[in-house]
Amino acid sequence: MTELNPAGTDAGTLIRLSAAQLAAKLAAREVTSVEVTQAYLDRIAQVDGGDRGINAFLHVNTEEALAVAAEVDAIRAAGGAEAEALHELAGVPIAVKDLIVTVGQPTTAGSKILEGWHSPYDATVVARLRAAKMPILGKTNLDEFAMGSSTEHSAYGPTRNPWDLDRIPGGSGGGSAAAVAAFEAPLALGTDTGGSIRQPGAVTGTVGVKPTYGSVSRYGAIAMASSLDQIGPVTRTVLDSALLHQVIGGHDPRDSTSLPEPLADLVAAARTGNVEGMRIGIIKELHGEGYQAGVENRFNDALALLKEAGAEIVEVSCPNFQYALGAYYLIMPSEASSNLAKFDGVRYGLRVLPEDGPMTIERVMGATRAAGFGDEVKRRIILGTYALSAGYYDAYYGSAQKVRTLVQRDFDAAFTVADVLISPTAPTTAFRLGEKLDDPLAMYLNDVATIPANLAGVPGLSLPGGLADEDGLPVGIQLLAPAREDARLYRVGAVLESLLEAKWGGPLLAQAPELAGSPALDTQEAK
Amino acid sequence: MSTDAILTFEEAMEKYDPVLGFEVHVELNTKTKMFSSAPNVFGDEPNTNVNEVDLGMPGVLPVLNRAAVESSIKIGLALNCKIAEACRFARKNYFYPDTPKNFQTSQYDEPIAYDGYLDVELSDGTVFRVEIERAHMEEDAGKLTHMGGATGRIQGADFSLVDYNRAGVPLVEIVTKPIEGAGSRAPELAKAYVAAVREIVKNLGVSDAKMERGNVRCDANVSLRPHGRERFGIRSETKNVNSLRAVEHAVRYEIQRHAAVLDSGIPVVQETRHWHEDTRTTTSGRPKSDADDYRYFPEPDLVPVVASREWVEELRATLPEPPAARRKRLQADWGYSDLEFRDVVNAGVMDEIEETIAAGASASVARKWWMGEIVGRAKNADVDPGQLGVEPATIVELSKMVEDGKINNKMATEVLDHVLAGEGTPAEIVEKRGLAVVSDDGPLLEAIDAALAAQPDVADKIRGGKVQAIGAIVGAVMKATRGQADTGRVRELIMERLGVNA
Repeated sequence: MTELNPAGTDAGTLIRLSAAQLAAKLAAREVTSVEVTQAYLDRIAQVDGGDRGINAFLHVNTEEALAVAAEVDAIRAAGGAEAEALHELAGVPIAVKDLIVTVGQPTTAGSKILEGWHSPYDATVVARLRAAKMPILGKTNLDEFAMGSSTEHSAYGPTRNPWDLDRIPGGSGGGSAAAVAAFEAPLALGTDTGGSIRQPGAVTGTVGVKPTYGSVSRYGAIAMASSLDQIGPVTRTVLDSALLHQVIGGHDPRDSTSLPEPLADLVAAARTGNVEGMRIGIIKELHGEGYQAGVENRFNDALALLKEAGAEIVEVSCPNFQYALGAYYLIMPSEASSNLAKFDGVRYGLRVLPEDGPMTIERVMGATRAAGFGDEVKRRIILGTYALSAGYYDAYYGSAQKVRTLVQRDFDAAFTVADVLISPTAPTTAFRLGEKLDDPLAMYLNDVATIPANLAGVPGLSLPGGLADEDGLPVGIQLLAPAREDARLYRVGAVLESLLEAKWGGPLLAQAPELAGSPALDTQEAK
Repeated sequence: MSTDAILTFEEAMEKYDPVLGFEVHVELNTKTKMFSSAPNVFGDEPNTNVNEVDLGMPGVLPVLNRAAVESSIKIGLALNCKIAEACRFARKNYFYPDTPKNFQTSQYDEPIAYDGYLDVELSDGTVFRVEIERAHMEEDAGKLTHMGGATGRIQGADFSLVDYNRAGVPLVEIVTKPIEGAGSRAPELAKAYVAAVREIVKNLGVSDAKMERGNVRCDANVSLRPHGRERFGIRSETKNVNSLRAVEHAVRYEIQRHAAVLDSGIPVVQETRHWHEDTRTTTSGRPKSDADDYRYFPEPDLVPVVASREWVEELRATLPEPPAARRKRLQADWGYSDLEFRDVVNAGVMDEIEETIAAGASASVARKWWMGEIVGRAKNADVDPGQLGVEPATIVELSKMVEDGKINNKMATEVLDHVLAGEGTPAEIVEKRGLAVVSDDGPLLEAIDAALAAQPDVADKIRGGKVQAIGAIVGAVMKATRGQADTGRVRELIMERLGVNA
């Protein structure tokens, strides 16, 4: 690589650095946060808009991001105790999924019903980003209310996959994953209810972590399914995920389901990765039939590397996982039908008046919800309302809760013989935009490998496993650990990542094709 | 609004046996709301005691108020209930703008307290045991004010205003088991039961317990069955009956109405009824049937409430003396006879008398004012005595003025009326209206001399030892001074004038 300037601080280089590398350069004052933040804002301006743009961002927070960056730079320049006290990631910019509320920027949840709404309060994770003085680049696109696996259900148009602009970036957090994959942000926040962080990570060649349920506060994440939702990191490296997880995690008194104990040292786990003597369990039910051949091949490669590195590969069976998808599609819509009841046009957001007839509150609510929600949201509200109805509750919601318990027991049993479980993150690589839009069931099947972790509350990490032979698109490898053992994911993930990168000769994203209209990358590639 | 046919109460009782049931909502007086840190304060400007949680903003989560749980456990213990070791909240889903989330967070099938009882004393001292099914925690809804209509109800209104200050205020709902066997004392029992619940929560200090402010609200269920039949009849539920007298009246009215319906051969409609204080009748609300589907499910944003046995016992140890013991103690302290004390209890002014004594009045003065003056006024105004707005300090001030001879008793009761009319404190009223006992002996002596001169025969009788005749002279003097003289002093002066020893 020919460096364009000796310090390696030209924009094209900067945006390709990991967050950990950026943090080191900022701390060493080789580069300023304003330079870094501006490089990302320029990149967003170059690749995100237009007909063939990535469309990862719904809102770009230029002014505030630069102000925070300048503040960090000023503190660093002044030196002393305040500079010493700066967080490791201070000055490293980040993008936030638009399901997470932020003061000073709109929050839409990807829905027309919240168009133009500004939250009067910050989500706890956003408050923690602010406390760490991380400039927030903007809000990223998502399937409406996080309901989808392709980001095509956004009311603001789909996000494109940087690997192939005609393909989906996964969902619901396609915006965050695509932003990170297209070097529009070094870090992003996502939310994962059934795979919305991990599956987009898999299909965009990035890293995504769904923490243990309760280890990151949900306060300020617009709820889809309260018992399943979890905020987590979206990054390009395992270490970056650990760094970000460490910033946003830990107890929050505003979230009753938040775990009381302090967070383990996840960054240390990522830095001292080791799999020697570790038992890694292949979940029999989560590979093979129904999984693309290229996905299966990359999965087997990963197993071979882990074995070489000294891990013991065992096979476990989780027989109840076959019911997980069905149970998920009862519990999630049930909770969602109740969580989304508040969007009624009475207090905030869109209000639509009926065209004729009496102007009663019921009819205003009805007209608002009819106009404000998209088809997938309506589908899930109807499904959930039905599942909770008197006479059906036991058969649907009640049975689904029983399956949930059985899935938890499968995990408990599996973790008696394995320290960490492993599977492909998604059964296929990125499909084409529009391909599954009219087939909800095919869309739902994308999450078959990620859903069990949400039902059981256990943590999961997806990292790039290479490219599928048949289509040259990224494949994701999923690691799962027992609840509260998120550190194991980082320990194993860091090892697997370094073995794979050694094999590839660099990060997988370096193999991504060029994006149109990107002078920064053109320069980089023209070397 | 059509008028329902009713039988007389006596006819109804001849033919039918009433079964009652009550749901009493108690607003807890915690500093903050059930699930948010917004203040729990009554009477402030609309929508000022709210934060993002109370408004159901996107992304918010509830956090359970520990003090509210403690209060709920105390209520459960005072009602002789079992306390659940672990219990959960549920969501009750329905679309209505008084509920910002369009669901109410409430306990459903796992109440914190269950299987208790309350012994209720009736006016003649009979004790009636009311079985308690459960006491559960929930959040209050906001308050809707329907504007533009004639009735203040939603029908015919042009628009509605909503105040979310009350949204999220912690409530405990106390539900009885069906109450059988009250017979013709059912209305009285209804009043006595609600009064007993109010007394308990007030005594515990967990609620301000002011019915006029909605701190204690009663839904009264009534059904009738022919004498001798075991199966219950179809019930009506009269909502928000918010004074003790209204509870008694509403139950009586519903018994009379049900009896007329049953007599006509038509089944009673299972429905909610609205109570109208002005006409003392109920009107049909909405049909309440099992078809109401609230799609209850466990609230996933809250973890189960775990009440360790140690915690429950700690709370039990802090409970104040039970009402029965308290009554016994108060009666002894105040030195009232059994009859006097029962009258006080039945009139519903025991707490008021206690407060008045605490404010500095003697037990006999407090009783004299409440039983002799205020209870009668409340009856005329058709409200509970406590709702008249008489402050203990007012009574203390009035009685002090009488003792000091500044005003006499007759004037004091007039001053009370002026206080109730909102004219100010007793001192201000006495000052403003120039009410003062004539204490300068000069004008009194003139009046006495005039009276004695006008009635020489009476004067002679008194001189001759018939002291009881003095009333005629005193009366004349009082008349002459327009009631502003102290009768005691007038009597003394007359005796002095006539040279008679008192």
